[in-house]
Amino acid sequence: MSLLVADTTDEAVAGIADGSTVLIGGFGMAGMPVDLIDALIRQGATDLTVVSNNAGNGDTGLAALLAKGRVRKMICSFPRQSDSYVFDGLYREGKVELEVVPQGNLAERMRAAGAGIGAFFGPTGVGTPLAEGKETREIDGRTFVLEHPIKGDVALIGAHVADRMGNLVYRKTARNFGPVMATAADTVIAQVSRVVDVGEIDPEVVVTPGIYVDRVVAA
Amino acid sequence: MSLSKEELAALVARDIPAGSYVNLGIGQPTKVADYLKPDSGVVLHTENGMLGMGPAAEGDEIDTDLTNAGKIPVTELPGASYFHHADSFAMMRGGHLDVCVLGAFQVSAGGDLANWHTGAPDAIPAVGGAMDLAIGAKQVLVMMSLFAKDGSSKLVPECTYPLTGLHCVDRVYTDVATFHITPDGVAVAETFGISFDDLAERLDVPLVPLAE
Repeated sequence: MSLLVADTTDEAVAGIADGSTVLIGGFGMAGMPVDLIDALIRQGATDLTVVSNNAGNGDTGLAALLAKGRVRKMICSFPRQSDSYVFDGLYREGKVELEVVPQGNLAERMRAAGAGIGAFFGPTGVGTPLAEGKETREIDGRTFVLEHPIKGDVALIGAHVADRMGNLVYRKTARNFGPVMATAADTVIAQVSRVVDVGEIDPEVVVTPGIYVDRVVAA
Repeated sequence: MSLSKEELAALVARDIPAGSYVNLGIGQPTKVADYLKPDSGVVLHTENGMLGMGPAAEGDEIDTDLTNAGKIPVTELPGASYFHHADSFAMMRGGHLDVCVLGAFQVSAGGDLANWHTGAPDAIPAVGGAMDLAIGAKQVLVMMSLFAKDGSSKLVPECTYPLTGLHCVDRVYTDVATFHITPDGVAVAETFGISFDDLAERLDVPLVPLAE
């Protein structure tokens, strides 16, 4: 499918349905697609399941989406931070569900979704509360736990530069979850600092090939 | 004299082999970086997708796209590389990291680690990368104070806090002693300001001689 190069972030997020599972990139604020999240708030989709490493910082981005009451459930590795007061308050009031996933499992479960893997046996969390109730198996004398893919209806990611075929490059540690989330959702929307013509990105440095990307917007 | 936090960090740094790939956990373990010798060839990994992490960034060096696992702005050293999250954790889980240094609430005599959740009913659980690191690195070093504020030992027969990983800790560095977790039991490697007998008296964990 051809790429939409959106003129505005509102155009980029159009059509996101209530009840969607939305993968949101970023580690803290690095790589967080704040302008796309702001557009999602204006767009109005609600009853969302959000998959992101953290559960929002301060009052902007994901924290603002949470504050609007649009998120039914957070799936993340590290919700509690020094400035996660919006999430903390909602959680304590019972207004948002939380599924805590070890960070590597969060990444690998999305990688599995994007790679067509049905489920996988991993070593992380064996014998801990986060593996309770999950199937385990002994393989070569070691215990592994069965983990299922996490697939998104939509992914909102931040990247550095896109070309008009949707090829993406990232910048430093802002790369984090972007390349994995780009493979794991039906509709992948990237916020970038600029969109360049085809041929302007060296094919050797493309991190996310355009096949994964549906919409880009410069913001 | 028992060790200060700085002396403890220096002690851990001393025991990290030259040329190791190392992940330092959030909090106290981060201090270890200050005591690694520049010529040690140690390469620091940060879970959010970087090898070759440098010291904290200051002034004009601060770049919001370049942070460590604690979201603090850092710098990159020559030879640094960036990679995405699934690769970063595959690097851990796949046994490619030589050493990780983690804080702990409790460590058991069998090397179980509890460091992510107090189990308090009003606590918001947050695990981050701790479970992946604990079972992934070739060698897991814990640094903590040995005794809690109420005087109880954090080195315990069995952890009472929720576990992070089973049988994963190799060494425990504390303000009053360092311990090796061995198949035969817990061995004391060094003591600081406390005699072996006094230490043994305060622990519920049997101590075995350190193998030569």
